[in-house]
Amino acid sequence: MQIMINKLSHHYGTSKALKNVTLTLPRGFTLLLGPNGAGKSTLFGLLTGLQKIEQGDITFDGQSLHHSRNTIMANMGVVFQQNTLDIDLTVQQNLSYFASLHGISEKKALQRISTLLEKLELKERLSTKVRNLNGGHRRRVELARCLIHNPSILLLDEPTVGLDMASRQLILSVVKNLTQQRPMSVLWATHLFEEVHSDDHLVILFKGSIVSDDICSTLLSVHKQPNIDALWQYLITENQ
Amino acid sequence: MYWRCFIGVLTREMLKFWQQRTRLLSALVRPLLWLFVFAAGFRSALGLSMTEPYSSYILYEEYIVPGLAAMIVLFNSMQSSLSMVYDREMGSMKVLLMSPVPRAFLMASKLIANTLVSAVQVYIFFAFALIVDVELSLLGYLYAFPIIMLLSLFLGALGLLLANYIKQLENFAGVMNFIIFPLFFLSSALYPLWKMREASEWLYRICAFNPFTTGVELLRFSLYEKLALYDLVTIIVLTSITFSLAVRSFRPKTSKGRLS
Repeated sequence: MQIMINKLSHHYGTSKALKNVTLTLPRGFTLLLGPNGAGKSTLFGLLTGLQKIEQGDITFDGQSLHHSRNTIMANMGVVFQQNTLDIDLTVQQNLSYFASLHGISEKKALQRISTLLEKLELKERLSTKVRNLNGGHRRRVELARCLIHNPSILLLDEPTVGLDMASRQLILSVVKNLTQQRPMSVLWATHLFEEVHSDDHLVILFKGSIVSDDICSTLLSVHKQPNIDALWQYLITENQ
Repeated sequence: MYWRCFIGVLTREMLKFWQQRTRLLSALVRPLLWLFVFAAGFRSALGLSMTEPYSSYILYEEYIVPGLAAMIVLFNSMQSSLSMVYDREMGSMKVLLMSPVPRAFLMASKLIANTLVSAVQVYIFFAFALIVDVELSLLGYLYAFPIIMLLSLFLGALGLLLANYIKQLENFAGVMNFIIFPLFFLSSALYPLWKMREASEWLYRICAFNPFTTGVELLRFSLYEKLALYDLVTIIVLTSITFSLAVRSFRPKTSKGRLS
């Protein structure tokens, strides 16, 4: 599914969270880089339909959320910045609940849960209450949950914040492998430079505006910068 | 799709209820204290004349059983709404709202799941009431079931509506004190309306206007195999209005609103 964001603006009181954002998210992996307060979570709120679009529009393969909400939601998987698991339920109960919300039969759900947890090295935690999982494991469960219904759109809002290097690398590699195995549009929001790779489609969001949108290596050569840190400093200075 | 979604919501609510077994205990302790202690003390102080739906003079214990059953429904419905504030604060409300089925269906599923939890509590309470010889007919217990469901839907939708306008758990607990207690005490749950009229005409008018009184009387009549048609229609209309408003309030928010 191709996501097109057109002239999107959003404000909270007098402060503007997004300013005239226009962006096309093609199939594959797109990294949205921006500091805290750049407007990433607002953009996610609008993409997921949890916040109402005030100005501009978003379409998914030409369909708007307003008109085709159910079809789009059936194809969308989201990992929110905030933990959204039910900590009193087990891993399996959390995942089964989500599967049922997407109309997946219990038998099929159990098969998918088993496959996903194996991929995310969590199979032995199936009957563990989420309350007893560490932060890294919880994040992996959230990732498994957003993949149960085989979505073609994946939105991940800072999915690796606060995690150790091993968990971060595992989550990133699982998601990148998925984009290579099947046609998916993935938007990965982060403020961590070390998650950016030269072949990534990189979108930089700063103070509610898109300041750059291209393949990372192209951006480095166009702006004649040696690495992502230098590119960031350069673009931020340019857009202050 | 819809059926699986409903079963999923129902299973989750039942699992949560089972995990919070103290909630069942506390839900029952309150009305049982009222029935065993309060009613015993007030039996002689409160003389009850014969009024509909009763066909003979009754003991005070028998009078307050429908009111206490309605109290269980009231507290459980509001507590379920409280859990929605918790869900929203913990972010799990987002998961529900991202399901590819209409939000009205999701809200209705959540409410129906909670009504079943209420019904379980009420029937356990009826079993305890047998100890003080309040035994109703089998048909009465059966007729009461849809009424308990309806009353629970109404109060649940009311709680849902309130929950959506309350931003924090602490505020919600405060508001509950201003909603639950006035609804309960200004009703016919503990004393007949004519008693209230003897005390004060304006207090009587408030009690008569209170929709919880309508619900209590509807339940009271059903337990005696009678239909209070006006009360039934009133509760159905009120449920439709509050549910529509509750669903409407869960639509995506603009910049002034919240994420979920």
